[in-house]
Amino acid sequence: MYAGDMKDKIQNSRLTLQDVSLSFGTMPVLQNLSLSVNSGEFAVIVGPSGCGKTTILNLLSGHIQPGSGAIHREGVIRTVYQKDGLFPWLTVSQNISMGLRSVSDAQQREEELQSLFELIHLEDFKNHYPHELSGGMRQRVELARALAGNSDILLMDEPFSALDYQTRLRMRYELVRLLEKRPRTVIFVTHDIEEAAQLADRVLVLSKRPATILKELEITASKPRGLTDGEVVKAMKEILEELGILREIVV
Amino acid sequence: MTLFNSRKLPAPVQNRPSGAYKTSRWRMFLLPFSVFLGALFTWYFLVRFNVFPSYAMPGPGAVASSFVEDFKSGSLLNDIVASLWRVAVGFVISAVLGIPAGLWLGQHLTGRQAFLPMLNFFRFLSPLAWIPFAILWFHIGDKPAVFLIFMATFFPLALATMSAVATIPAIYFRVAKDYNYKGVELLTKVTFPAVLPQVITALRVSYGIAWVVIVAAEMVGCQDGLGYGIWEARNGLRLDSAACYMVVIGLLGMGIDRFLLQFSKLPNVRWGYER
Ligand SMILES: Nc1ncnc2c1ncn2[C@@H]1O[C@H](COP(=O)(O)OP(=O)(O)O)[C@@H](O)[C@H]1O
Ligand SMILES: [Mg+2]
Repeated sequence: MYAGDMKDKIQNSRLTLQDVSLSFGTMPVLQNLSLSVNSGEFAVIVGPSGCGKTTILNLLSGHIQPGSGAIHREGVIRTVYQKDGLFPWLTVSQNISMGLRSVSDAQQREEELQSLFELIHLEDFKNHYPHELSGGMRQRVELARALAGNSDILLMDEPFSALDYQTRLRMRYELVRLLEKRPRTVIFVTHDIEEAAQLADRVLVLSKRPATILKELEITASKPRGLTDGEVVKAMKEILEELGILREIVV
Repeated sequence: MTLFNSRKLPAPVQNRPSGAYKTSRWRMFLLPFSVFLGALFTWYFLVRFNVFPSYAMPGPGAVASSFVEDFKSGSLLNDIVASLWRVAVGFVISAVLGIPAGLWLGQHLTGRQAFLPMLNFFRFLSPLAWIPFAILWFHIGDKPAVFLIFMATFFPLALATMSAVATIPAIYFRVAKDYNYKGVELLTKVTFPAVLPQVITALRVSYGIAWVVIVAAEMVGCQDGLGYGIWEARNGLRLDSAACYMVVIGLLGMGIDRFLLQFSKLPNVRWGYER
C-alpha cells in the first residue's frame, strides 16, 4: 500500500485553554475554564445540552475569541461537523480533495486521494454527490476530508448524532480504525455517554452553564472497545453519576 | 450534449411494475394532448356557430393557412429571429450585470441597505412604462427593445441572486474557512456554486418576463419581430395572422423554458432542487 508522504504519524500538536471566560451578552457561558489536550490524545467532552460544548470547539478552532484568558494552538486544525459540512455541489472525490489543497504535487494528491478512498471503503462512490449518499457515508467522507493532507487536530462536534443508532455504533468502530491508520489529536464533543466511554482516552464532564469541568476521567482500555466491555460500562456509570443522571433516574 | 450528461446518474428507483410505468408515461402525453384537442374543438365550434362575428374570431383553419402564408413569405421566420435576438441580447446583458450585482449585494449588508429600496422600486415599475423613454433615447430598431428587456429582467435577477446569497447556510463559509478559501476563490468556488440552483430558477423566471415584455416592446419602435407582427396584423385587420403569431409566441416560450430547465439537471446543481 502507498505510504509516501501520507501523514501517519502525529506531529507535535498543542491545544490549550487557559482561564478562558466567555459571555454571550450578559449570559456567561464559560467561566475560567482551563483545559489542555495532549498530542495524539482522544479527548471527549460531555455535558448537558447548551452548556457550551460547541462554544469550546469554536474557541479552539479560532472561530470565536474568548472574553478573557489565553488559547494556544499548534498544528493544522480541521472540524468535522454534525451534518451538512460537505459541499453539495462537489462530488465525494472533489470534497475530499479540499483536504488536499495544500499538497502541491498533483501525482501525490491523486495517490493520497486513492488511499483515503480505500480507507473509507467508498471507492464506488467517488463521483456521487453528497445528497446521493446515506448519512453514515457522508460522515465517512467528512472524516476522510478532515484526515487528508496535513491535518494534525480534529475537532468533532457531535459528528454521529444525526445518524441512526446502528450506524452510530458502526461509525465508532470506523473512527477507531481510521485513527489507527492515521493518528490525530482529537477533541470530540458528544452528549452520547456510550460514545464517550467507547472512544475516549480521557473524558471531560462539564457542568451546566456556565461550564466548568466537573470531572476528568481517564480510560486506558485498548480500542476498539465493545459496548458491554467491563471498562466501558464502568466509565459510563461514572459519567452518568457525575452528570447527576443516574441518581435522578434511580430516585 | 456532454454539458447536460457529463455523468450518468443512477436510474430512478422503480417501485411500480413496468406495465404501470408505461401507462403513466402514456398519461403524461395523453392527458395534455386531450386537453389541447378539447381546446381546439371548443375554438372550432365557437367559430362554427358564430358565437363571435367571424372578423373578430378567426378559426383554426384560417390560422393554419395564415401560418403557411407567413412562413412561405419568410416574414414569420424573420420576426422570430428578430425577437429571439433582442431577448437574447437584453437577457445576457442583464445576467452579466445582475448576477454579479446580486452576489455583491448579498455579501454586503451596507450595500443592501443602500440599494434595496431602489431595486425594489424599479422591480415594481412595469418595464412598459419605459417605452416613451426607450424610443426617445434609442430611436427605433433593436436598441429600445433590448433596453426594455434589460429593465424588465435586471432587477428580479439581481434581487433573487442577492437573497440567495444572503441565505447561504453559514456552515459552508465555516468549512470554506477551515480549508482556506479566500477572496476570489471563495466567491467562485463557494458562494457562486451555493446559489447556482436558485440563480438558474431566477433565470427561468426572468426569461419568462422577458418573453412577455418583448411582444409589447416590439409593438412600438420596431419594424419587425413577433410583437410587431401582431401589431401589423391588427392594423391590416388580419386577426388570423395575429392568432398565428400568438401560437408561435406561446410555443417558442415553452420551448426555450424547456431548454433552460435542462440547466437545473446539471449534476452539480441538482442538490438544490432535491430538498
Ligand atoms: N452566537 C451566539 N449568540 C448568543 N448565544 C449563543 C451563541 N452561541 C451559543 N450561544 C448560547 O451559548 C450556550 C452554549 O451554546 P453551545 O456551546 O452551542 O452549547 P452546546 O453545549 O449544546 O454545544 C447556549 O445557551 C446557547 O444558546
Ligand atoms: Mg452543540
